[in-house]
Amino acid sequence: MTSKTLQLLTAPLIDNNPITLQILGICSALAVTTSMATALTMSLALTAVLTTASAAISLIRFHLPGSIRLVVQITIIASLVIIADQLLRAYAFEMSERLSVFVGLIVTNCIVLARAETFAMRNPVWPSILDGVGNGLGYGLVLMIVAAIREGLGAGTLFGAQIAPLASEGGWFQPLGLMLLAPSAFFIIGLLIWAIRTGRPALVEPDEFPLRTDPRGDRS
Amino acid sequence: MSELFLRSVFQENLALSFFLGICTFLAVSKRIDTALGLGLAMIVVQGLTVPVNHLIYNGLLIEGAWGWAGLPTVDLSYLKLICFIGVIAAIVQILEMTLERFVPLLHRSLGIFLPLITVNCAVLGGSLFMVDRRYSLPESVVYGLGSGIGWALAIVGFAAIRERLRYADIPEGLRGLGISFIVTGLMSMGFSAFVGVGLP
Repeated sequence: MTSKTLQLLTAPLIDNNPITLQILGICSALAVTTSMATALTMSLALTAVLTTASAAISLIRFHLPGSIRLVVQITIIASLVIIADQLLRAYAFEMSERLSVFVGLIVTNCIVLARAETFAMRNPVWPSILDGVGNGLGYGLVLMIVAAIREGLGAGTLFGAQIAPLASEGGWFQPLGLMLLAPSAFFIIGLLIWAIRTGRPALVEPDEFPLRTDPRGDRS
Repeated sequence: MSELFLRSVFQENLALSFFLGICTFLAVSKRIDTALGLGLAMIVVQGLTVPVNHLIYNGLLIEGAWGWAGLPTVDLSYLKLICFIGVIAAIVQILEMTLERFVPLLHRSLGIFLPLITVNCAVLGGSLFMVDRRYSLPESVVYGLGSGIGWALAIVGFAAIRERLRYADIPEGLRGLGISFIVTGLMSMGFSAFVGVGLP
């Protein structure tokens, strides 16, 4: 694998992460992160749909008239999501109940459509597949980090296994109930973005109204 | 009914407690008037699509719906995703054409927001929740309107805060997207305080 194709796979992990940088697919990312098991299932489902959708759309990109491409893309994505949903229902029914409507919402997940529209429509099949896997992994990475923080601090467990003994059972750990509620997901992603941008200052957004520094010095 | 309405507006707010439509929520909330336009469009679309999808799901897709045609065991409910997306896209298109023909003034202010709504996960999410929770037809009308109003309320409030935030001196890395997330989190905490609100 040359460095350029490797780049397709690794760039979406941090530098061009779909969630924290491209602001795509946030809806589902926040909702399924109360436990690591649901987050992992969701990431796998999304990666599978994204990869196959990118491959399929890239395969037919020369036969697709521009005026109806969105309809065709959505239909392909929706069919793939239906397959993923049915598979989950058949082999992991409890998990699909816990994910409730969010597997179905992969249809309107902006990551899938955005990668189809911006990448798969213009590139051959193999790079499109790599791009799909890369973006799926980038999405999964953020999901797993957020879920680890929320489940670890909220219930003292990781993947359902107790890592810190709860105070109610004679241990020392007092679970933070807030972590399992909706607001904490927003806070964690916000802080995660802050951390990434502190590490990579090139990603910082410009200030719309910068504080003016007086060239003559402060004379107030 | 009034309880369902209040719950869908405040406690089970689609944007702030189920994280639906957050992409649009963050992208189109830089100014109050655009947020208001999108919010109104959302109320109309949500109020129409949830009941229509309810009729389609219970009339055509649910197990046994084809009993009159001699096919009582046919269960098409796995097709709901693709049907709902088609219905939403069609309703948005029809709404846009109707507005353009009869109320051009409203079309000019809402027009650009309608296509955006087709891909808004809050609309699809609302219909999927309707199926999941087995609402009846009147309930789905109330739920559609309520969840639309709740989403509109959230985005208008968020846009109002964001207009003020533009002049704030925010740490570099938190600027833009980061602070938006934190503000949304605070709003979500505020909305969760409405738990238990009800009409006497």
